[in-house]
Amino acid sequence: MNDTGEHNHLDQQDVGPTEAGLSRRDFLRTSGAAATVAALAEVPAALAEEAPAQSPAKAIGPEPVQLTLDVNGAAMTTYVEPRVTLLDALRNYLDVTGCKRVCDRGTCGACTVMVDGKPIYSCTLLALEAEGKKIKTAESLIDGGKLDAVPAAFVKHDAQQCGFCTPGFVVAMRAAFDQNPNATPAEIEEALSGNICRCGTYQQMRDAIVALCKNQPGLGTRKKEG
Amino acid sequence: MKNFTYYRPKTAEQAVALLDDKWGTAELLAGGTDLLDLQKEYIAQPDKVISLSGIERLAGVGVGHITGRDDAAGKEADKNTWIIGARTTLAFLAEEPNLRQHFPALTTAAGDIGGPQIRNMGTLGGNLCQRNRCWYFRDEHTHCLLKGGDKCFAIDGENRYHAIFTQGHQCVIVNPSTLAPALIALDASAEVLGPKGKRTIKLADFFHAPGSAREREHVLAANEMVLSVTLHAKGLKNASYEVRHKQSYDWPLVQAAVAFKYEDKKARDVRIVLGHVAPTPHIAVAAAKAIEGKEVTEATASAAGEAATEGAMPLSQNAYKVKLIAVAVKRALLTAAGQKKYWEV
Repeated sequence: MNDTGEHNHLDQQDVGPTEAGLSRRDFLRTSGAAATVAALAEVPAALAEEAPAQSPAKAIGPEPVQLTLDVNGAAMTTYVEPRVTLLDALRNYLDVTGCKRVCDRGTCGACTVMVDGKPIYSCTLLALEAEGKKIKTAESLIDGGKLDAVPAAFVKHDAQQCGFCTPGFVVAMRAAFDQNPNATPAEIEEALSGNICRCGTYQQMRDAIVALCKNQPGLGTRKKEG
Repeated sequence: MKNFTYYRPKTAEQAVALLDDKWGTAELLAGGTDLLDLQKEYIAQPDKVISLSGIERLAGVGVGHITGRDDAAGKEADKNTWIIGARTTLAFLAEEPNLRQHFPALTTAAGDIGGPQIRNMGTLGGNLCQRNRCWYFRDEHTHCLLKGGDKCFAIDGENRYHAIFTQGHQCVIVNPSTLAPALIALDASAEVLGPKGKRTIKLADFFHAPGSAREREHVLAANEMVLSVTLHAKGLKNASYEVRHKQSYDWPLVQAAVAFKYEDKKARDVRIVLGHVAPTPHIAVAAAKAIEGKEVTEATASAAGEAATEGAMPLSQNAYKVKLIAVAVKRALLTAAGQKKYWEV
């Protein structure tokens, strides 16, 4: 796409339904009509042109391959087999141990990390699939020694017992406030429906959520904190 | 999980070229929420995993032009044609306001799936092509019909979450897709790419009850992939309603999706599709007939709900689903018609 010549060449070809039955122009039209966070987040990917080459795709693995991940703003390089999940790559290969391995089946939420700002289960994503994306773990929720408002509220309201689920909860909650800084407590609770606390500290978490929603206008903009 | 060779093709044609003509050796990877689970349990043991993450054009929603006609009627049809790429996430489907305006059945169904993390990962195509949730199928050590065995263990075993429309089926799974009933009610079709090119399949014809390891829950060949799903906005009233154990992050026990024209307070061209009650999404013909031409009221919706249970043959532990169907159909009809949701207090 950086190659201007190639772009023009493709533009001329782009006159009818293409690969997925969609033309680039139609996507532009829709994205203009749908001026929402969700639409803006997803539609640009669809604007990308088709690759002109029909050469076979390159085989990667099965032996370990070099992989560089953007973890909390730092480029980290390791070697992984294709079957290694993002969770295992972070914990076992890169020593980023904030995200926890509990169910390892995309159910409990302890492994939650943000990928390009969206909370996902790192146990259910191949590490190779996270290449080129911005990964944020619970370790990112501190800035210059000052704890982010979300984990700070967990501390203040004693919203953890054993603490094993907490890194997942704070990442999911941070992502929810990032998406909607004016979210209501009910909306934040809904955003945590993919996380489980087996100690059952839900009431303290609710207290933390209520305090965050009440006392932190503009919470989503981290610079404004404190 | 068994290790594999990973591919990240740039085009759908490259992806299809990597697939084999029989199931099991190569798998397409979209969101991975189903595939990785199956691999970790050694239910899926592919030698090749073909990631669709490099095919940018598979994600997103567009208003398409498929008629290829420049006249007014063609342009009008184009304006109301919605094409959704197969790799569009469930979160995007759930939140897109233009989709919600025309197809609340689809957006509600998408928003009801899993939790936020699952919806951020899971995709439209993956939801349609995912494997069933039967615990015998998902247990590595149970050699059931769908894994080359000669017996369905659910028929005489633990079957509380299984099919209640069991007629003629050797395997009593329920189709796991929650988007499918909504898409069938909305008369959607899927565009599919195979080695010989593209073909279009109505979603109503997309699913199939599997009975052996050589079959899946849908009719695609092993070397085909879903490119997109096409919907036409026709001003239909539509809704999806599901009954679950939990308020969130749970599979539906039953689901009803409905769509109909509603002019002069009369429901016309009614389509009612049930999810999670049969090996394929179940089109409830008798229920649609019961309310066709009538005003949607608590009484008529309730009668349609009762009609939806016609033909149910529950197993030893799931007769409760029969009652839930009647409730789900009634509530879906009332929601679609914009009636008061008396069950929400």
